[in-house]
Amino acid sequence: MSYSLTLVDKIINGYGADKEALVQILLDIQHEFRWLSRDILLHTADRLGLPMNQLYNVTTFYKHFSLVPQGRHAVSVCVGTACHVRGATQLLNRVSQGLKLSPDETSPDEKFSLKTVSCLGCCALGPVMVIDGKYMSNPTANEITEIVEECE
Amino acid sequence: MMARLNSVSDLDALKKDILSRRDSQKTKVSVCSGTGCRAYESEKVIDTLKAKLSENGLDEKVEVVTTGCHGFCELGPVMVIYPDETGYFRIKPEDVDDIVNDTLKEGKLVDRLLYVAPDGNVHAKESDIPFYKYQNRIVFGNSHFIDPENIEDYLALDGYQALATCLGTLSPEEVLEIVKKANLRGRGGGGFPAGQKWEATRNAPGEVKYVIVNADEGDPGAYMDRSILEGNPHSVLEGMLIGAYAIGCQQGFIYIRQEYPLAVEHLDRAIKQMREHGLLGENILGTGFNFDISVHRGAGAFVSGESSALMSSIEGRVGEPRPKYIRTSIAGVHGCPSDLNNVETWANVPIIINKGADWFTSIGTEGSSGTKIFSLVGKVNNTGLVEIPMGMKLEDIIFKIGGGIRNGKKFKAVQTGGPSGGVIPENMLDLPVDFDALSQVGSMMGSGGMIVMDEDTCMVDVAKYFLEFLADESCGKCVPCREGITQMLHILKMICAGEGRPGDLELLEEVAAMVKECSLCALGQSAPNPVLSSLKYFRAEYEAHVNDKYCPAHICKDLVTYQIDPAKCKGCGKCLRNCPVGAITGEKKKPHVIDLDKCTKCDTCFMVCPPKFRAVTKLSGNETLPVAEVEEDQV
Repeated sequence: MSYSLTLVDKIINGYGADKEALVQILLDIQHEFRWLSRDILLHTADRLGLPMNQLYNVTTFYKHFSLVPQGRHAVSVCVGTACHVRGATQLLNRVSQGLKLSPDETSPDEKFSLKTVSCLGCCALGPVMVIDGKYMSNPTANEITEIVEECE
Repeated sequence: MMARLNSVSDLDALKKDILSRRDSQKTKVSVCSGTGCRAYESEKVIDTLKAKLSENGLDEKVEVVTTGCHGFCELGPVMVIYPDETGYFRIKPEDVDDIVNDTLKEGKLVDRLLYVAPDGNVHAKESDIPFYKYQNRIVFGNSHFIDPENIEDYLALDGYQALATCLGTLSPEEVLEIVKKANLRGRGGGGFPAGQKWEATRNAPGEVKYVIVNADEGDPGAYMDRSILEGNPHSVLEGMLIGAYAIGCQQGFIYIRQEYPLAVEHLDRAIKQMREHGLLGENILGTGFNFDISVHRGAGAFVSGESSALMSSIEGRVGEPRPKYIRTSIAGVHGCPSDLNNVETWANVPIIINKGADWFTSIGTEGSSGTKIFSLVGKVNNTGLVEIPMGMKLEDIIFKIGGGIRNGKKFKAVQTGGPSGGVIPENMLDLPVDFDALSQVGSMMGSGGMIVMDEDTCMVDVAKYFLEFLADESCGKCVPCREGITQMLHILKMICAGEGRPGDLELLEEVAAMVKECSLCALGQSAPNPVLSSLKYFRAEYEAHVNDKYCPAHICKDLVTYQIDPAKCKGCGKCLRNCPVGAITGEKKKPHVIDLDKCTKCDTCFMVCPPKFRAVTKLSGNETLPVAEVEEDQV
């Protein structure tokens, strides 16, 4: 069995292979691999004794799950209400231009993924962008370009 | 590891022991490490402080408490030094030297870190600062003194005493009566009395019953539940145990958004500590009461905060609501009676037990007892979490606590209740804030988001924003919500794009009425509120968009152009260097020009143009640049 499926098994066993823990199990797998591949979903369905359609039902319903690979650097722009009234739309446009990505897209070289999030709770900084856990308050187009170039 | 507490007297003994090990004479430095302050690198400040203290041999004299959110997020990282209660704000790691040398060693203030009010007054003592002075912090009261990772901090401040009182001296019926008498209404949305909910679950037929904490804080502008869980998780857990005892259940769930990693971490640790102390599991405090908790993380779905959806999600399925002919208090998780209350509601329970129902009802208004936490955000000077007694006037919250509008702009409206709420205009600022008053003006309390808007906020754009959020979050199960919101959003998008047609506003109202009336759950039923309330109070602004293709706030991208006022531009070149698409041309020290064909309206030039020039101007509708007054020397 491949390394990744061994890890998936470990996660599933941690929940006693309980069907009801499906969402929790998938969250842990997503956390580990940053996305959910078909192989992993098939294996999970098999282990939990659930039909694949239930896994697709759950993974397409909840926002956090991704069925495509995610970039190495996670970029999020907060589009909570407070950030919105302070110019999150314009910030999102600038970040989109800087990364050449639309929201929910990943660059072809899997370097960046761009996401929007609703309220990070640092409304005083708003509008805010987060790149790999680092918060930036309303960066200009140049500042975005700089930080993008710093990423490996 | 801690010995198990086998009786109420064990708990008292442990509290005494903790207090005897603590030196009340010690200087206490409380530093916020909530998510907001962490974004400003408060962790670095704490590490530097601890290192400097041991360098200076002050470890024994000074205690550093890493706490959850203090509320004043605008000026983070924040620090309070006791016993003088000195408040320091916007602290950088470089400032720590001066704090240690001047304040902690010599007792002198570091002036540059003190709070300066807009009127120029300096307030050294935290409780003198208007932001705190007008609050009544009962739920947040202890957050300055509690390290959320240390159960001893909570126990030292009478933690789990309310639980001991209930288990030791009160019957479940008596506990229920106290909560009913206190008129504790749900802090998460509808404001339904918690005591009544508890009673319904208690009286419902069935052996197995559940209590649930709703920590699926989905309102995209409210974060008080996260702050409570991050800063004082035991207060919520204690409340939950008390509820479980009153209702008669042995199993509880906490449903929390996975987007709140720090809150999940603190919650998990708190639960572990409870188990170690025998506060969870079998025979709690030797009273024969059994209870356990499991934590479920939500995977990102706004609608899952709705009670029946949340319970379906706990069962590992998609979080879609069901029709509630039978309430979840009768048939919830696994078809068993399940009581669901919000985080802030649970956190109020131990306080009510400790201080009594009469004390609780003495705070607030007749219909709404106690306090409410609001996240005061948007275009207000003092952004943060504020806890106020119910009934405080909107204008006091926004202008006294919030310090008024940023950058000297004019107040326009305040939005409460998140995507289910509405906007409240300036002429209603004297509204006393409680559950009923907010509903009467077409808004709602919701979970406590309070978004302040100024003259630069477009009300049509805000309505569109909420509908975009709701269209995205609608689960699609019922047609009125799925299709209705989509159609309303379509109309608003056309209006914002300058393609509004006569009759659009009437059509919006018609669709809104249908969505409100026919949707399955509260998400759809309340979805039209942001649109209807802004149409009611700001109709002229909608009409300007439709009839004159004019956005008075200059926000709607398609109705706005960016131009440089040649009379004001000094040719500093800042906009030219910052424009990402090279749309700006001009020679040094001469007025610059924006090529409107190239401009992507990214707002960068408007942001970087120095405030002393303000040459970059947004124009909408029939607006033109002011005709330059020809200066004499140019003639």
